Amino acid sequence: MERRVPGVPAAPGLAGGLVQHLVQASGQPRSGATASLERAALDAAMLAVRAELEMLAGRLAGAEAAILGFQIALLDDPELVREAEARIAAGIPADRAWIEGMASEIRCLEAADDPHFRARATDLADLRDAVLAQLRPDGRAATILHPGCILAAEDLTPSLFLRMDWQRGSGIVLGGGSAASHVAMLARGRGIPMVVGVGKVWADLSGPVLVDGDAGLVIAGPAPDILARAAVPPVPASAPDVASGPALTRDGRRIAVEINVATLADLDGVSPESCDGIGLVRTEFLIEHALADEERQLEIYARLLGWARGLPVTIRTLDAGGDKPMRGYSVEGERNPFLGLRGLRLSLARPDLFRIQLRAILRAAALGPLRLLLPMVTTPAEVLAARDHIAKAAAGLAAEGRAFAIPPLGMMLEVPAAAMAAGRFAVDFYSIGTNDLAQFACAAARDDLRISGLADPRHPGLMAMIAHALKEARTLGRPVMLCGDAATDRATLETLLRLGLEGVSVAPPYLARVISEISMIDCGAIDRGTIDCGAIDRGTGDQP
Amino acid sequence: MRQEAALLREARDSAELTNAIGLHARPSVKLTQVAKGFGATIEIATAPDGPWTDAKSLVRIMRIKAAQGETLFVRAHGADAASAVTAVADLIRRNFDED
Repeated sequence: MERRVPGVPAAPGLAGGLVQHLVQASGQPRSGATASLERAALDAAMLAVRAELEMLAGRLAGAEAAILGFQIALLDDPELVREAEARIAAGIPADRAWIEGMASEIRCLEAADDPHFRARATDLADLRDAVLAQLRPDGRAATILHPGCILAAEDLTPSLFLRMDWQRGSGIVLGGGSAASHVAMLARGRGIPMVVGVGKVWADLSGPVLVDGDAGLVIAGPAPDILARAAVPPVPASAPDVASGPALTRDGRRIAVEINVATLADLDGVSPESCDGIGLVRTEFLIEHALADEERQLEIYARLLGWARGLPVTIRTLDAGGDKPMRGYSVEGERNPFLGLRGLRLSLARPDLFRIQLRAILRAAALGPLRLLLPMVTTPAEVLAARDHIAKAAAGLAAEGRAFAIPPLGMMLEVPAAAMAAGRFAVDFYSIGTNDLAQFACAAARDDLRISGLADPRHPGLMAMIAHALKEARTLGRPVMLCGDAATDRATLETLLRLGLEGVSVAPPYLARVISEISMIDCGAIDRGTIDCGAIDRGTGDQP
Repeated sequence: MRQEAALLREARDSAELTNAIGLHARPSVKLTQVAKGFGATIEIATAPDGPWTDAKSLVRIMRIKAAQGETLFVRAHGADAASAVTAVADLIRRNFDED
């Protein structure tokens, strides 16, 4: 029987799967030795946690690294252990002394009026538990997630989140928590739908549930058709070797297969030899906390280029706003944020920050093959305005005697009117964003479960639009990529390749599957007009 | 005597917290990092007459929970007090380089 549990939306998207409860194993309390030995044990535990955090932070960037940086800085402050030290000196074992010492700090933050300060209490509790786990050696929490599971817990700490192996299709339900928490930010960064504040009911959830991270709703025992809408095609656990290397269709056409990257962690375990480069860098996640820090941005872009070892890296300028709000940058409370001040529109409205990002990108372009991509472009004048900013950034860098290069400039095709007039824009390449293009072309918000099924990437009208854009681009000799979920659907991929699409960019877990599917597709001559609508007519029959 | 000489070198300044969520995690980390760069004792408060908090201690700063719109008062004692106070107040005025 379906049961709807209301909560607070914390990370957008839909996820359906089986509930897995977070099990927090607690280790044995210490019996306690002499005060000096207990003090040494606490010091060692803190050092071990610090080393672990440093190691984790080295693999992360942006927001994820900043959260760990906060915890490391707390560990470095002698004030943090002052109370615990006093208790140890009075003969209390290190573990209890530490818990009691941290309790007053955590209570102080929990009592704050401001939700952002209250949310920091979780960061302190996280640190407390990490040190405690060192003091009570068998006290680690279970962090092995079943693929595609929905994790249910009272609260989740940032370091636990970062230690878990998140799979596509996972979701999170918390009894407590807050949308302002660091862990909510991390979930948004990794694209894991999350609902917080459902209350004690989290402990009773079992079996299949649907997490609607947009509506802030958890549906227990959902009807199969509702659950199917959140279903993500299964991703093979390990990439077969045969599927790596250059992607060729069965009739020998070379298709570029690149990857989408939102955090440096996305590159873990991915080798540049297995793809043709990075087709999309979502900088709104990667540099979220370095918007005004040109050097830090340069460092992050340089790391991507370093990973790619000579393959192209496509850096998209900030695509904030819409369903990706950025505190202090995007506009809050817009009536219709998907159609609002977002993407390039927002960059042009904030030339101070746009200039910093362009300077960092131009400087990085001197280090390796980089492409610059503009999101949410609507009119040719916007591209000219962006080019003007690029020229000014280049002139500034030249005057300062810094190394830079002006990379090829591309635009996202996500606004229908722009897709139908692609040839009018002064760009060097295109990237089709199917998720937004589909919701705009089908007039169906992708964050509304009742109608999101209407925004079908296989809709013949949408395919006609893409076919038109591909034709205009081909006439001008400009390459077209596609970065969006549509590339992971075999039938859609086949239709698009037949229309002349030259490359796709997908999340790393899909790489092997997409390459292997391409090898089974026979493109034939490029289909210049007709579109096979059979799949679409069959596929959308159950829509209201 | 030495303590008296240090006390003579006191400097003060103040700046309004204008960033969206006040003196939270990242700004506090930055503030302590800047403060630790000086030999002077640096303290901050949300009122001109205190209570004063050691600006080099992240844990103590987090206890203040200073929100947006509050004015932070900065005072320092020591040889480099003047430049320390300027550096900390400037960081607050620059919104901790967050935007």
